[in-house]
Amino acid sequence: MSEPILEVRNLVKQYPSVTAVNGLSLAVPEGICFGLLGPNGAGKTTTIEIMEGILDPTSGDVRYRGAGLDQRFREEAGILFQKTALQDFLTVRQCITMFRGLYQRGIDVEEVIRLCALEKLADRDNRKLSGGQQQRLLLAIALVNDPALLFLDEPTTGLDPQARRNFWDLIRAIKARKRTLILTTHYMEEAELLCDEIAIMDRGQIIAQGPPRQLLQENFAEVMLELPKQDFPVSARNLPLRFIDTAERVEITTDDLDATLRILIDAHVPLSNLRIRPANLEDLFLKLTGKELRA
Amino acid sequence: MTAAVIKRLRAVWHARNLEFVRDRATMIFTLLLPVALVIGMGLVFSGKERPLFKVGVVATSIDKQAHPFLRERYVEFVPIENEAQGLQKVTHQQIDLLLDLHGAPRYWVNTDSPKGYITEKLLLASASGAQRQPVTGAAIRYVDYLFPGILGMNMMFSCLFGVGYVVLRYRKSGFLKRLHATPLTAFEFLTAQVFSRLALILFVTGVLYVGIGTLIHFHRAGSVALLLLVTVLGALSMIALGLTIASRFSSEEVVGGLLNLLTWPMMLLSGIWFSLEGSPQWVRWVAGIRKPAWTKPRVG
Repeated sequence: MSEPILEVRNLVKQYPSVTAVNGLSLAVPEGICFGLLGPNGAGKTTTIEIMEGILDPTSGDVRYRGAGLDQRFREEAGILFQKTALQDFLTVRQCITMFRGLYQRGIDVEEVIRLCALEKLADRDNRKLSGGQQQRLLLAIALVNDPALLFLDEPTTGLDPQARRNFWDLIRAIKARKRTLILTTHYMEEAELLCDEIAIMDRGQIIAQGPPRQLLQENFAEVMLELPKQDFPVSARNLPLRFIDTAERVEITTDDLDATLRILIDAHVPLSNLRIRPANLEDLFLKLTGKELRA
Repeated sequence: MTAAVIKRLRAVWHARNLEFVRDRATMIFTLLLPVALVIGMGLVFSGKERPLFKVGVVATSIDKQAHPFLRERYVEFVPIENEAQGLQKVTHQQIDLLLDLHGAPRYWVNTDSPKGYITEKLLLASASGAQRQPVTGAAIRYVDYLFPGILGMNMMFSCLFGVGYVVLRYRKSGFLKRLHATPLTAFEFLTAQVFSRLALILFVTGVLYVGIGTLIHFHRAGSVALLLLVTVLGALSMIALGLTIASRFSSEEVVGGLLNLLTWPMMLLSGIWFSLEGSPQWVRWVAGIRKPAWTKPRVG
């Protein structure tokens, strides 16, 4: 196996009242999209900001291509923060040109504008962009140096579903250029669609790591049955079933779908709103931590 | 300095210049405020010689040849229709003295009026035939006194608020954090900010100096090179002060308060508006400490 492009060893970040990252280690192979998942407060942003060289760890080590986060890392890494305001009064093109001037090598400004579908917005004041357009501009800025390693910190948070899907298309296009991406998100759908490998974080630690499909296969031989809470009577709670309550539904896990359905029918549980689906990363997170991802 | 460093400096410098130039409101304010102040203050405090005393003359019009007193400067002579009307005005100190030149000159003065007392002395002196001892030398107009101070004040506000507030805004908006993730160093960022503001200040001040100077026929004395040097050093000092304050605090309110705390005493004690020659010794001593370098030379 080739040397990882980024390696984190025994990372600890301690604040006066909380330990945000607690002995985290991971290695990111080159050319993949690596997802760092977890609920709000899990330590994702702190971890990624240490990996980006923005925050200093209390202890531990981050290495880029076997060396520290030196000038080479800054030249070769691209970053899209959760929130970034740009300079007032500058157009989209001028913002990109300014950042392009900070790097020795990179992509031509017009090419970045094309790549991020900003042609029609190139001469617009950056403050007059919608949320999705703003994220595309920030992505363009993160791409100006043609980064070998691209950090995307919750890039689609706050976007409407259409803008989110458009953004995913852009990320797929970047993946096609064989770049390494490190993505944090609390959208499981996003992680399943984009990531080749994921690490699930909780309380500052990684609790599971691997390719999404492999993690699901390892943890679920079952399928999930979802019923609205009002369709699952109190008497049904004594049935021989494995189930958990979520906010609006009851989720039953089974490896014998026929037998489970027979039990529900015999107990006169209404099944007209029943939904059967394979397990997903949301279920995996729930199983591993006992809580919902966006709780 | 490597080519990469120069390229980064140029990128940030250029973007900051664009940001300033595009900010029309600030740009107009920076250019128009000193113009308005110079014109306004000039109109209010200079213009023609302002009379200090008012004398009523019982006549339909003033004939300056009728009496030497009528040719005195700083005394406004107003014709009064009749003696009774004039006496009423003297009584109520609406005029300082009433003069009647019909026949043997007579005058009335209110003994309770300090200005009447001085006017009477002027009248007696002008008619006494005392020999005059002239003194030559052009007077400095108030507007000439005011103009360099206004330019200095404009520079001070632009440097302190234009740099301090901008860096604070960059930090709060996350823009500095974004720059931190690039090869740009803190030194390069600050250098670009300083030189951007310095270039803009020199440009704006130069335009104002030539523009307003021509408008008011400003008389310059002394070395232009020295003036430029003092301007650059003064601007750099103010920019450094603005950056120092912005680097220490994260609240606009605190930074604004601190900048005001620094600028108002400097303005009041620098002699921009009025000469401090007549002020108490301790005020002049404090002014000597606080006065920024750019206010010291009298350019006019």
